[in-house]
Amino acid sequence: MGRRVLITGIAGHLAGMLARRLERDPDVEYVVGVDVDEPRLDLERLEFVRADIRNPLVVKVLQTTEVDTVVHLNLLATPAGVGGRSQMKEINVIGTMQLLAACQRAEVVRKLVMKSTTAVYGAGAKDPAVFTEQMSARSEPPSGYAKDSLEAEGYARGFARRRPDAALTILRFANFIGPNIHSSLTRYFSLPVVPTPLGFDPRLQLLHEDDAVEALYRAVREDHPGTYNVAADGVLYLSQALRVLGRPSIPILLPLALPVGSALRRFGLVDFSTDQLRLLVYGRVADNGLLEERFGFRPERTTREALEDFAASLKVRGRITPDRVAEWERDLYAFLRRKGQERFEKAKG
Amino acid sequence: MSRVAQVIPIGAKQADPRCTATTASGARCRNRAIGDEGLCRVHLGRPGQGKPPPREKIGPFDAEAVEELLAFLRRRFTGDYEIDVFGFDRELTEKVLAPLARLLHHDYFRVDWRGLEQVPSEGSALLVANHAGTVPMDAVIMKFGLLDEHPAHRHVRLLAADLAFRMPFVGELARKSGNTLATEADALRLLTAGELLGVFPEGYKGVGKRFKDRYRLQRFGRGGFIELALHAKAPIVPVAIVGSEEIYPMLSQAKPLARIFNLPYFPITPTFPWLGPLGAIPLPSKWVIEFGEPIRTDEYPDDAWQDALLVFELTDRVRDEIQQMLYRNLMHRRSVFW
Repeated sequence: MGRRVLITGIAGHLAGMLARRLERDPDVEYVVGVDVDEPRLDLERLEFVRADIRNPLVVKVLQTTEVDTVVHLNLLATPAGVGGRSQMKEINVIGTMQLLAACQRAEVVRKLVMKSTTAVYGAGAKDPAVFTEQMSARSEPPSGYAKDSLEAEGYARGFARRRPDAALTILRFANFIGPNIHSSLTRYFSLPVVPTPLGFDPRLQLLHEDDAVEALYRAVREDHPGTYNVAADGVLYLSQALRVLGRPSIPILLPLALPVGSALRRFGLVDFSTDQLRLLVYGRVADNGLLEERFGFRPERTTREALEDFAASLKVRGRITPDRVAEWERDLYAFLRRKGQERFEKAKG
Repeated sequence: MSRVAQVIPIGAKQADPRCTATTASGARCRNRAIGDEGLCRVHLGRPGQGKPPPREKIGPFDAEAVEELLAFLRRRFTGDYEIDVFGFDRELTEKVLAPLARLLHHDYFRVDWRGLEQVPSEGSALLVANHAGTVPMDAVIMKFGLLDEHPAHRHVRLLAADLAFRMPFVGELARKSGNTLATEADALRLLTAGELLGVFPEGYKGVGKRFKDRYRLQRFGRGGFIELALHAKAPIVPVAIVGSEEIYPMLSQAKPLARIFNLPYFPITPTFPWLGPLGAIPLPSKWVIEFGEPIRTDEYPDDAWQDALLVFELTDRVRDEIQQMLYRNLMHRRSVFW
């Protein structure tokens, strides 16, 4: 398995990176990418098929290309690119449904790898500090991307039930970060002054894009049926993350968070959904123990290292860099010592 | 120097080895040698002996302390510190919160600590305490008091209700000082990691009871904490806190107000809400915190936590022990305030 691979949503960055990684593997015979838009990355061996996964034509593609593995990455996190939430839901939920129906029909398909998100656990005051794979959201019914992902996971499990000969791997990713990834979180981190909830400091857990690609690659090439949290080691507070980035922040009263969020959306700065706003108030950490134990993969970069890699790539780097602060520290200490010395001498003379 | 000269009896002069060093004037040192190197106290340069190097001062402050403070500020300012998955910020807790809490437990409530040696210095344990005082001050006092007073300076990781994490600032500080939501998953994770876990099984029923019910233990929930301890095979240490009941004597509660503010109760005390923020100052009662003998759980079989009867028995035993300790310490109390 994992020799002939079909990737949906190939125009996305993660899918492009995965295709590139698979192309470099001589054991992978054939990679085909499906999307309505062309891939943004230069790919050599990939065959691009312009199609909508909601179209029944996908069955034909599966059968003619004789792929044994399908990687479903055509799940949108924000409605920004497609014009509205209903359209996004249509692509995420109906698209997944149609694709899985096609996979069920195409007997050549023996493995399904699907991207999901740790957002399915929600984020709230009633949530445990660390989520394991068996847990489900308990503070609030998930909405937006989290809800879509949860429904897509449900369809995938249905597929696995009906096709016991096929393996299913669901990867619940933490928020991606890295120099090339563009998400609402990276745009949020790039704001000149970052609004934060007053009196709350959420714990954030990230995943470097390279680690995300590696996890997907291994799920394709090795066999790891099951559902796994894919998140980097280590946790950062939002305040801490902003200081690592050298970004100034402005605290906002919680009742004003929604208006500020929608204002940012209107001005096209950051596209935040309510479940993402909840993440920025209550935070979320997923247990990545199972990933290491059973899947045999440990993300190479910690949350902090992933964030630092992103920070280094920012065009407008925060003005408050660690070197600068260390310099201030030295200067201030030297100044205080000099002052103390002067005073001592004055007292003596 | 004079002390050294006085101590050497004249008769013993030849028997004792002499210092082999040469003094500043070029003569041989005549002091008695100590230690294996054949040197006297002066030449050995023992700390505390001879002249210590003059410490550099910046104004009235130690230069080293100033340097340390600046480094601390730099680390906070650049986010250069570690937290665990629960959000426990050790540096913030030890350097900022602990000194503030010391004013409370050491200076304001003047806590008498008894049986501190019952709390293990390493490995997991479950501290089970009575809960009282309208505001969970007892949790703060037990946590930071143990950090200061226990020989191993252990951090107690408390389990709190979700109300704490819903409130701005309170929730943030609760997380940063290493506490988490009272859920089985979090509690088990902390115990299996070898942490000291603190629980208040009475919950709101205890902290929100009226003054007339003081020091009368409420129902201990369903005994979930016993299941936890059995599951993790962690010893249970009963804790009795005396003094917490008198800080905000709750005479009555206003249910409609509680409903408006979405709180489990809205307290009416002799001073609150009548005196406004002034009424929020706790009365300076004298506290006694006693730790009882640990109850071992490692001798039970692996699946003992599923044995409902055993869980009930142990719950009762722990509850009884705490109640007895409470009564004992109340009897020996001279007065509420000193």
